[in-house]
Amino acid sequence: MARIVLTGNLQLHTEGVSELELDVNTIRQLMRQLSTRYPGLPADFEDEVAVSIDGTIYQDDWFAEIAPDSEVHLLPRIGGG
Amino acid sequence: MTDSNKTPSGNGTGNGKDYKWVGTRAVRPDGVDKVTGRAKFGADLHLPNMLVGKVLRSPHAHAHIRSIDTSAAEALSGVKAVITRDDFSDQPKGAVQPAGEMTINYRDMVRNVMAREKALYEGHAIAAVAAVDARIAAKALSLIKVDFEVLPHVIDPVAAMESGAPIIQEDLMTEGMEQSPGAMTNIAKRVEFGHGDVAVGFAEADVVIEREFTTQPVHQAYIEPHACVASMTEDGQGELWLSTQGHYVARGHCATLLGLDVSKLRVQASEIGGGFGGKTVVYLEPLALALSRKACQPVKMAMTREEVFRATGPTSGAHLWVKVGATNDGRITAADAVLKYQAGAFPGSPVAQGAQCAFAPYELNHVRTIGYDILVNRAKVAAYRAPGAPIAEYATESVMDEIAGVIGMDPLEFRLKNAPKQGSQSSYGPKFPVIGCIETLEAARDHDHYQSPLKAGQGRGVATGYWFNIGGQTSATLNLSEDGSVALVLGTVDVGGTRASLSMMAAEELGIDLDKVRPMIGDTSALGYNMLTGGSRVTFAGGIAVVGAAQDLIGTLKDRAAKFWDIPVDDVEWAEGEARATNGYTDNMQPLSLQEIAKDMAKTGGPIVGAHSINAQGAGPSFGTHVVDVDVDRETGRVWVTRYTVVQDAGKAIHPSYVEGQYQGGAVQGIGWALNEEYIYDDKGRLENAGFLDYRVPVCSDVPMIDTVIVEVANPTHPYGVRGVGETPIVPPMAAISNALANALGIRFTDLPMSPPRVLAAIKAANGDATTAS
Amino acid sequence: MAKYHITTRINGDDVEFLCAPEQTLLDVLRDDLRLTGSKEGCASGDCGACSVTIDGRLVCSCLVLAAEVGGQEIETIEGMADGDRLHPLQQKFLDFAALQCGVCTPGFLIAAKALLDRNSNPSETEVRYWLAGNLCRCTGYDKIVRAVLDTAADMRD
Repeated sequence: MARIVLTGNLQLHTEGVSELELDVNTIRQLMRQLSTRYPGLPADFEDEVAVSIDGTIYQDDWFAEIAPDSEVHLLPRIGGG
Repeated sequence: MTDSNKTPSGNGTGNGKDYKWVGTRAVRPDGVDKVTGRAKFGADLHLPNMLVGKVLRSPHAHAHIRSIDTSAAEALSGVKAVITRDDFSDQPKGAVQPAGEMTINYRDMVRNVMAREKALYEGHAIAAVAAVDARIAAKALSLIKVDFEVLPHVIDPVAAMESGAPIIQEDLMTEGMEQSPGAMTNIAKRVEFGHGDVAVGFAEADVVIEREFTTQPVHQAYIEPHACVASMTEDGQGELWLSTQGHYVARGHCATLLGLDVSKLRVQASEIGGGFGGKTVVYLEPLALALSRKACQPVKMAMTREEVFRATGPTSGAHLWVKVGATNDGRITAADAVLKYQAGAFPGSPVAQGAQCAFAPYELNHVRTIGYDILVNRAKVAAYRAPGAPIAEYATESVMDEIAGVIGMDPLEFRLKNAPKQGSQSSYGPKFPVIGCIETLEAARDHDHYQSPLKAGQGRGVATGYWFNIGGQTSATLNLSEDGSVALVLGTVDVGGTRASLSMMAAEELGIDLDKVRPMIGDTSALGYNMLTGGSRVTFAGGIAVVGAAQDLIGTLKDRAAKFWDIPVDDVEWAEGEARATNGYTDNMQPLSLQEIAKDMAKTGGPIVGAHSINAQGAGPSFGTHVVDVDVDRETGRVWVTRYTVVQDAGKAIHPSYVEGQYQGGAVQGIGWALNEEYIYDDKGRLENAGFLDYRVPVCSDVPMIDTVIVEVANPTHPYGVRGVGETPIVPPMAAISNALANALGIRFTDLPMSPPRVLAAIKAANGDATTAS
Repeated sequence: MAKYHITTRINGDDVEFLCAPEQTLLDVLRDDLRLTGSKEGCASGDCGACSVTIDGRLVCSCLVLAAEVGGQEIETIEGMADGDRLHPLQQKFLDFAALQCGVCTPGFLIAAKALLDRNSNPSETEVRYWLAGNLCRCTGYDKIVRAVLDTAADMRD
């Protein structure tokens, strides 16, 4: 089970939960499970986040792999100048 | 960690390898055009039958627009089109769409490019005209009658948070906070990051320092004002030429605002005369397209410098509170910060990024950062180089310096003692990948600058900065010509030498001379999607795309050589620009050069093209440490920067000169931010210094040479180890200079800019034994 | 409105143009003569991107009325190279990577040439003060100053 950490304001939509464990292999599976588990998450929440898998940051990448022992952080999307 | 499915391995293996082109200081391919005046920037295009467009802007910081009467302007001879809010359809409420690097709220964007219900800041566009020449266009603007109901305004972020403050957007809800029903607010968002328990951490501290800081809005101040040429035809197709950091992103914004199919709009990026984040958004472009659609003629629009200052950018001004605790032996036990950033008239300040970066240069057990995004009557902020980070790290790095001083520890040793490394939990959550924080701190400590004695009266300061960097969608194509030269087509705007760095990686991979690679920036029809140039991403993500395109090209070249020799392709290798037969075929088959394969490509299967499209992930974060010496004129308060050294991790410097250029340019922008630059408003909310005379960016005689040290801790997700380098250099200067001033004067400054009047006042106040000045 | 008929020389060529009374030299260079190498960064004489020389004197062409330049000798960036041979300053700017976006570069080159025409051995301080009327937001000036000093040294040899 990967360890999932929600940062920023996501826990406002997850009944206050900011850490959980999920059995997911990819970012898409992660997004789907979060949406199912927490219907309060905005429909487009995944467009507003970046996903760190074991320290490497992904944006808009459904198929990035999550290992069973991965630590995954959902962060606000990162832009730049 | 490398995403092997997407990242081509290429020939690069990071550092420690000798390359023919990578790491050299080759002359940039677009250089001659730029030293001869040939290079075409936004305002340099002239089309036949072209009109001139101009914008009428609000003279008020906040006003209802009761009515707009354009009839007299329309009646003026030579006026071909007039547009107002009525020429743009409203956008759906609440919907945000991913567009480029950020999600975009098009309901806000349509209001920002042309005011609808209210003028929300001085300089907000109210109407625009297209006429046969500039004089008639200006006359037409003067004939437009606008009935304003002037409203109270608010600029200061703290004042805007108070109850009873003028409300900028009546329907705004605060994201991340409870809000009582019916209450109106200017707080668009509250965000919080951190881990541990700061109360526990502060209880462990021997020393706690708590300070408040303010920063003022500063502008990106690119030398080229925004400019574009739009041409719409009667059948709804359009062409747009513009100065932008991202022509694909601009295309999407314009198509949405004008209701066009994205592919009906062909967009070409001009050469760009600086952007620094400020040219990631659209202002004039939708207006020019709407005017051209109405007039059925091409329309050129270019901002004046005054318009640039009033109506575009800048970045946030802010109010910052920071509290740090440490033990007497230099271990940080807790760090806490509250950041209040101006968003401008629409939500979207970079406060979340600021909050994430605030304490990133430290490994902390107990850390919390809270950020507020606050609406005020000022142009909507645009990204500015490491958006959000310089503001937050100015405050945090000032406090870190002060606490190191209180416990009597060298400020670099203090930072080294608390520095993060690979696997450390970052202050914003995830564990860090491979990073070079310690390496940059050590290089700064060991540098001659840091070791050299100061002259009497001078002060020395240091600060460390952090920025994430990003990847993103990128396409590149290598088209082989019949003589063996190669056209490299890119879709990423070149703001400072990336045609050079990307060509060098292509030449390195192909094993050919650099002058056989001709790079060009294609228009939006030439390639698949390319995200904009921002987030220090182009040499990183573009490099991955170009290496992939080169490997794709090499695959085809090997295939053609195998057919030529009639041997299995597995028995062909590519090295030093030629195909070589292996596995015993070597004796009877002479290697085939790129030129030879190119000459016969028609007979061996037709055109040879290498292409690669990716969504690059795993950008390497970058740390930098700056060392600065200052001298202060005690009679005028003028601060002179006498020596400056930038130390930063580049991962791998593909073109060291342009890496140094990013370090130097960022440092000098930071010197301006620290010492001079600020938006000054009158009591009506009107900007008083909308020009380069009064908004004083550093000039050549203000600054010394900027020494640089390129640290190379390879980023494992890039074939050559590249990290973005463009943004981190603007993060440390403000704190480094403030720390140097504290060292020189014994006065801790907490407000930017540290301009001569403020410094002089502080020196005078210090005679009354004060230690903090504002 | 009546226009002025102006006869002048630009980059060694006789040039005639018509201009309105309020048109600046920069307007005419860019919009009428299509010499767009001179840039408009501020239109107030603060940024130097429009630098040209008139009878050898360095000016901001945005501060000069076009109607004033009759009979004078104007040099713009387009006239700086000699045929296919770049001016030593142009070549040195390339070799030293003394430009990033390049929009200020024409102005810096014109200003630097005007300096070296007067002073073949400027100090770093003299270079910095001479170029203080030209804004560059990309480079931090370091490589520009080095390029000018190194060109001066080469030209003295």
